[in-house]
Amino acid sequence: MKDFWKSGDPFVWLTGAMLALSLLMVTGLVTLVLVNGLGFFWPRGVERLVLDDGTVVVGEVSEREAIPAPDAPLGTPAEYRLQVKRGNRDVEGSDFLWIDEARIARRERPADVVVLERREWGNFYGEISALRQADRAVATGPAEAWAALEGRLSEALRLHEEIFSIEKGEIGANNHAQERLRLRLRGRELRGARDGAEIDAAHREIASLQAAYQQSVERLTRLRQGQNERLVATIAGGREVEIPLDKIVRAYRPNRMGAFAKAGFYATKLWEFVSADPRESNTEGGVFPAIFGTVMMVMIMSVLVTPLGIVAAVYLREYAKQGPFVSAVRIAVNNLAGVPSIVFGVFGVGFFIYTIGGTVDRWFFPEALPTPTFGTGGILWASLTLALLTVPVVIVATEEGLAAVPRGVREASLALAATKFETTWRVVLPAVLPSILTGLILAMARAAGEVAPLMITGVVKLAPALPLDGFFPFFHFERKFMHLGFHIYDVGFQSPNVDVARPMVYMTTVLLLTIVLFLNLTAILLRNRLRRRLQVSAV
Amino acid sequence: METAVTERGWNFKVKPARQSSEQHSSGAVRGTPAAGAAPRTLIQIRGLGLRYGEKAALEDIDLAIPQRRVTAFIGPSGCGKSTLLRCLNRMNDLVDDVRVTGEILLDGVNIYDRRTDVVALRQRVGMVFQKSNPFPKSIYDNVAYGLRIAGARRKNALDAAVEKSLKSAALWDEVTDRLRASALALSGGQQQRLCIARAIAVEPEVILMDEPCSALDPIATAKVESLIHELSQRYTIVIVTHNMQQAARVSDLTAFLYLGKLVEVGSTEKIFTARDKRETEDYITGRFG
Repeated sequence: MKDFWKSGDPFVWLTGAMLALSLLMVTGLVTLVLVNGLGFFWPRGVERLVLDDGTVVVGEVSEREAIPAPDAPLGTPAEYRLQVKRGNRDVEGSDFLWIDEARIARRERPADVVVLERREWGNFYGEISALRQADRAVATGPAEAWAALEGRLSEALRLHEEIFSIEKGEIGANNHAQERLRLRLRGRELRGARDGAEIDAAHREIASLQAAYQQSVERLTRLRQGQNERLVATIAGGREVEIPLDKIVRAYRPNRMGAFAKAGFYATKLWEFVSADPRESNTEGGVFPAIFGTVMMVMIMSVLVTPLGIVAAVYLREYAKQGPFVSAVRIAVNNLAGVPSIVFGVFGVGFFIYTIGGTVDRWFFPEALPTPTFGTGGILWASLTLALLTVPVVIVATEEGLAAVPRGVREASLALAATKFETTWRVVLPAVLPSILTGLILAMARAAGEVAPLMITGVVKLAPALPLDGFFPFFHFERKFMHLGFHIYDVGFQSPNVDVARPMVYMTTVLLLTIVLFLNLTAILLRNRLRRRLQVSAV
Repeated sequence: METAVTERGWNFKVKPARQSSEQHSSGAVRGTPAAGAAPRTLIQIRGLGLRYGEKAALEDIDLAIPQRRVTAFIGPSGCGKSTLLRCLNRMNDLVDDVRVTGEILLDGVNIYDRRTDVVALRQRVGMVFQKSNPFPKSIYDNVAYGLRIAGARRKNALDAAVEKSLKSAALWDEVTDRLRASALALSGGQQQRLCIARAIAVEPEVILMDEPCSALDPIATAKVESLIHELSQRYTIVIVTHNMQQAARVSDLTAFLYLGKLVEVGSTEKIFTARDKRETEDYITGRFG
């Protein structure tokens, strides 16, 4: 037995088993997320359930589970119940319904069931009977109404798009211009100027902008009057409802769709998810602003953390006299990585936002006060906070790289009449680049997944505008932004309709993982290219 | 051997006009030190001592190094020969806790003067190390490094200087078609010759060589040795070697160090045939070391 232990075999098994366990846990987590997330957009068949008391329920069967029966004697066969997504929240009050299987008299899949994805109140499930324009019926009967709906929906969507672009584009730009003029006037006022040609010109300009605004509003009203088509539909139970066409995002009949149609539908939904704005308090639509916010924040963070980390590491390793003090600093830096991230968040609020941001506001944006410009959470402060959070990682990685640069190379450079700075800059740092990138990869992975400090330094549930847009100066570092990690928390735990939102949580997680993977792969490829260039041959 | 001592002439940036320029073309005939005129002393070491903390590494060294000759430092491990070599371009400054006493005069100027510009000194005194240490850059960039540090930017001038240096280091033919390839892909011997090319690219007056062949195979060693021979017509070379045969083959002057002291110095011929001191005798005949 002793020999067996000495042989080392059990140790090899142990190491292998531990690795396998870790891999199993990671793959298990990823698989769980993928399975729950990726199936979400696949259109499921709609069933019509007739219960023993004659009630009819139409919807998607989303789950089946055993009914817990703690008092039943052992060996009793379990009873099951179904979770049905019947939608029609406006009428029924909730999206989901639990039905005991024992109560179901009949299950069928009627071909004519229509699912409407709406801008409000979630999905509609039921049958359509007519399409009306104003008070006139355009089509009657399920088949005719469906054909008419298919024809007119794209026009209705285009109209909606136009209204949206006027609201967002024209009126948005107008408001932006007015706000800037107002701020300029206020600035002049603060400096004591109350009249003069310039101020009159600004007032005239504001007046003309107001006129333009009125015109836009009138156009909007006209366009809205054009949205007078309504769909007459019947929900399970025979109740008739009218749905305005401009409230419909998408209409489909899942029971008539083939595999290809479903695949196409899936692709459209997936594209909507990554490219569109969220709807219905983030539980529907896309997450594009959150993707954008996450990536932009990580980029800004990288730009800030890299020089900071490199410079600190260079000082610690190249210039500081090694001794107990430097060792203490090094330990402190390493321990900084163990400080709870929320503490960094609090520091960010106290120092960056209130102290620095407040000062910046007083000096550079006094005309906007008391509305803070930089004195409130924003993408710059969030990125800075995360840069602080991740700087130890970069410092440690860079220091290790610096320690690995052979002394001979430094001496060679110095012997060629280079100063220490030239040696560091031209020989040592290029050789350390791969290590720096390793540190950056770790820092980015950590930053992309961090939520707690962001919640108090600038992330919001719904940001009205992206931090990068067409208005000068294009990058708006003071703006609040959306973030995938916070999105997961918000949709999963702060949403009024958790059952509907749950698949979104998984999908958002998949997306966040993909983005982190993508950012890391980019950095790894870059590092490998550098490594090849610097490859050290064994002599 | 006389030295013209210029007091306070610490500014090495003003390079004294190299007396070599005429001799270059006319070809200073090289022979045993006995033959021809006695060479001028370029470096004069006077009463040099060096301590690492409490430990004395060098004590009271007096030595004159002649211009455009090869001077070899020999001695057993730990005798201080590398330390002495590194004093000549002040590489020891990098080590913590080093104290140097005495003086080293280069062209009559003390390089350990407080006001000495170390960078300017190292432009005049180049160095080749024991382990070849090319930068992780291309062959071209390695050779051009010192020139760029010195401020050279014009591509034509750099190209010409790189070619000249590589030719002088007898490496040009082997790398001419891959100047942009990584220097680390070269063989050990090639790397060492590249380091020599890199050192001579900045046109120093003195080249210090710290056991340049200790990591090389016999063929590569032979190449480097013949290179040293070539270079000594234009440069003052100081070489530290462990290998007695090598000292005998390449040097004109040999200094034997033992336990941090200079035991004996003289023409190589003399040291290897008729040395005065007992320790030298023992070392050279292989009784210790």
